[in-house]
Amino acid sequence: MPTDTLTLSRPASVLAYTRRPGVRLGILAVLAVASVVVFLTVDIVGSWDFAVPFRARKVYAMVLVAFAIGVSTVLFQTITDNRILTPSIMGFDSLYLLIQTLVVFVFGASALATVDEQVKWVVEVALMVTFSTLLFRWIFAGAKRSIYLLVLVGIVFGTLFRSLSSMMQRMLDPASFAVLQDAFFASFNAVDEQLMLMSAIAILLVSLVGMRMMRVFDVIGLGESHAIGLGVNHRRVVTVMLVLIAILVSVSTALVGPITFFGLIVSNLAYALLGTSRHAFVLPATVLLGVICLVGGQFILEHVFALDTALSVVIEFAGGILFIVLLLKRGVR
Amino acid sequence: MLSTFIGVSDVSPLSLLEGGPDGKAAQLLVVSRLPRTLALVLTGVAMSIVGLIMQMLVRNKFVEPSTTGTAESAALGLLVVTIFAPTLPLFGKMVVAAIFALAGTGLFLLILRRIPVRSIVLVPLVGIMLGGVIGAVTTFFAYRLDLLQTLGTWLTGDFSGILRGRYELLWLALAMTVIAWIAADRFTVVGLGQEFTTNLGLRYGRVLALGLTIVAVVTAIVVVTAGVIPFLGLIVPNIVSIAMGDNVRRSIPWVAVLGAGFVLACDIVGRLLRFPYEIPLGIVVGVVGSVLFLYLLLRRPSRAH
Amino acid sequence: MISISQVTKRYGRQAVVDDVSLELGGCGITSIIGPNGAGKSTLLSMVARLLPLDGGTITIDGLDVRTTPGSVLATKVAVLRQDNHLAARLTVQDLVSFGRYPYSKGRLTSVDRDAIARAIGYLDLEPFVDRFLDELSGGQRQRAFIAMVLAQDTDYVLLDEPLNNLDLRHAVDIMKLLRAAADDTGKRIVLVMHDINFASVYSDEIVAMRDGRVVLHGPSSEVMQSEVLGLIYDLPIDVREVDGERIGYYYR
Repeated sequence: MPTDTLTLSRPASVLAYTRRPGVRLGILAVLAVASVVVFLTVDIVGSWDFAVPFRARKVYAMVLVAFAIGVSTVLFQTITDNRILTPSIMGFDSLYLLIQTLVVFVFGASALATVDEQVKWVVEVALMVTFSTLLFRWIFAGAKRSIYLLVLVGIVFGTLFRSLSSMMQRMLDPASFAVLQDAFFASFNAVDEQLMLMSAIAILLVSLVGMRMMRVFDVIGLGESHAIGLGVNHRRVVTVMLVLIAILVSVSTALVGPITFFGLIVSNLAYALLGTSRHAFVLPATVLLGVICLVGGQFILEHVFALDTALSVVIEFAGGILFIVLLLKRGVR
Repeated sequence: MLSTFIGVSDVSPLSLLEGGPDGKAAQLLVVSRLPRTLALVLTGVAMSIVGLIMQMLVRNKFVEPSTTGTAESAALGLLVVTIFAPTLPLFGKMVVAAIFALAGTGLFLLILRRIPVRSIVLVPLVGIMLGGVIGAVTTFFAYRLDLLQTLGTWLTGDFSGILRGRYELLWLALAMTVIAWIAADRFTVVGLGQEFTTNLGLRYGRVLALGLTIVAVVTAIVVVTAGVIPFLGLIVPNIVSIAMGDNVRRSIPWVAVLGAGFVLACDIVGRLLRFPYEIPLGIVVGVVGSVLFLYLLLRRPSRAH
Repeated sequence: MISISQVTKRYGRQAVVDDVSLELGGCGITSIIGPNGAGKSTLLSMVARLLPLDGGTITIDGLDVRTTPGSVLATKVAVLRQDNHLAARLTVQDLVSFGRYPYSKGRLTSVDRDAIARAIGYLDLEPFVDRFLDELSGGQRQRAFIAMVLAQDTDYVLLDEPLNNLDLRHAVDIMKLLRAAADDTGKRIVLVMHDINFASVYSDEIVAMRDGRVVLHGPSSEVMQSEVLGLIYDLPIDVREVDGERIGYYYR
């Protein structure tokens, strides 16, 4: 991106930029709203009273997912101080699937049928928070490992978690397996009402905590020694961030299953478009880009190519290529 | 060759006992158990040695068909045959899958040439990602044509469907493996680079092509008959290398034996865990294999690049 | 004063810093010298609370680094380590502004803005304020990081090999700047140095370390002696006086 040297206004806050990320953020917001409106209203055959609420539910789910994946990815990249690692590449969403399987495996489907859906969800998220934090601390402990090694370790962990859960699934009785199948093969077309409500509440809570920490996130992005030098309790803040990430990964995975490369795409787009690392701009931009990609992408697939739920496959395809490019570019530097 | 039979006689009685309770032993043995055990042994041997060849050719300890896009390409090829020529016999399907596997591996090597930094872990990383991209293409078409379930069976190595008449292609894989054994030294030389190879009077391109063809054909055969078995060709040679160093000629028999033994052991575990149902081999190897792979990766404390 | 008392740091069985007691920051610039593995950077990192101690105590103006909240210490001591590669894309202005975080927590007051402007001016970074760090040369980038540390406005500044990867001219520039900062603003600067001659010319005191222990701590003229240096580096070093400065000659 070329340097814009003409602007001379003096910065007013810690991380003010001369490139007006605010304006770009505004444009993104307009685009996001536009894609939602288009998605809701174009090509309605028959009754609007039925079609609009039906589509609105889809949009609602997509917005939740865009938020969860976008924010968790950016926070993760801030902690790890790089732009290639994401929670899903490090196997976090496979871990959530494993935990879901584990819960059914240990307690059994019949016992779970009597338990409130919300309680089960809370238990799963709590387990997810615990295990993902442990996993993260273990992988990132001690001496600095090469970034490539970390990514490879994450991917293999993902394979391990997935293999373990399919192994457990095969060991379940058919009834329990059916319960799990329902949980695993959710898509934007059929997302559970209750789950959406809980996800929305979780996201609201995360936002409330996150809003108050925006500036601390910026400092964490400088890396551990700078953050400590500037008086931030690095360990504690990182732990809070990991908890937020774990909750968000649980939300998105529970809603639509794993989408490995979505976070990578939207976060890198956001950095490139805004030209800033300031979280107060990057986080909303990532969410908006996520909404545009999901809602707009879904719209294009449905109306231009007449496909319905292949969006995640397209994302994996594009994301995989982007990832290889990022890896190779990093090698050049 | 000898080692293969040692592998069988060592371990197969055990696996036969597992299948024993059914009673109609003799017939079962010939039609199902024996082919299955043979198929397992052949697969274990072939995949392990193919992994070893790839590691020599690319000079990287962490490559094997499932970390270079080879296996995924074979699955894509299989999908293409299933769409356009569903009536083709198994051998024809295998040939098409092998051609795709060859192309996929070639693409991987091309990308590899463009990597400026030869980080030992970056190479398999790029391969896995390439496999992911090819896999996404495959899934896309499988989804559109309602073949997702079929695709799932190719991607999960499963030997429960192996009967007489469904595994014989694997003998061809064994033949390929024997060729690989004979040519082992040449692959080592090719791994050292083009100039070095030419210097020793070998044709670089020809040896490389031979190696890749062996890799592609064996991978295609295994994918067509049983399905993808992740990390198998990676772990076995690495364990042998830790135990007895890198003299390829000396270690090939051990790689073969250990490969067969490992696959048989995983298969037994898969059958015992949820008796009388069974867990596909690909899943068991996925669990054991990724644990061992992680061990290999994290074994040394830290190494910057 | 920075008081280090019986401080030990072990990696496995090996003590990297072995029962070190030391008073730092009694003068403008103190340089810590010694061969690789002497424990210089480890000691500095412990003072900056970037590494936990395995034994002993460190206090800064009476505040124990182990128990004092990080936000309080951040107004007393600033630190800059060697590896300053960032994934985040920041402009010089942004980076220097971070130096005010301990005071403003991100909401800048006019006091903060003055301090930022002063630090930028002090390091002659005005032409680059809106440039991204990755668009700068190594010397400019190092100056930006030092500006951030100065903007933090602490009594003590710890720098780990600030001349690393700089060419001669930039190295001299940085050392002159640090000397001026110490003389003009009364800051106490502690440096880990590889180049003994830079240490000799610009420091008031030198701490010579070897094998995790302090061999000698004193005025730079006292440490810049052939016998002392020879003992530390296992190398015959001929110290001569050039224009009133003591220079070690060890190239052949």
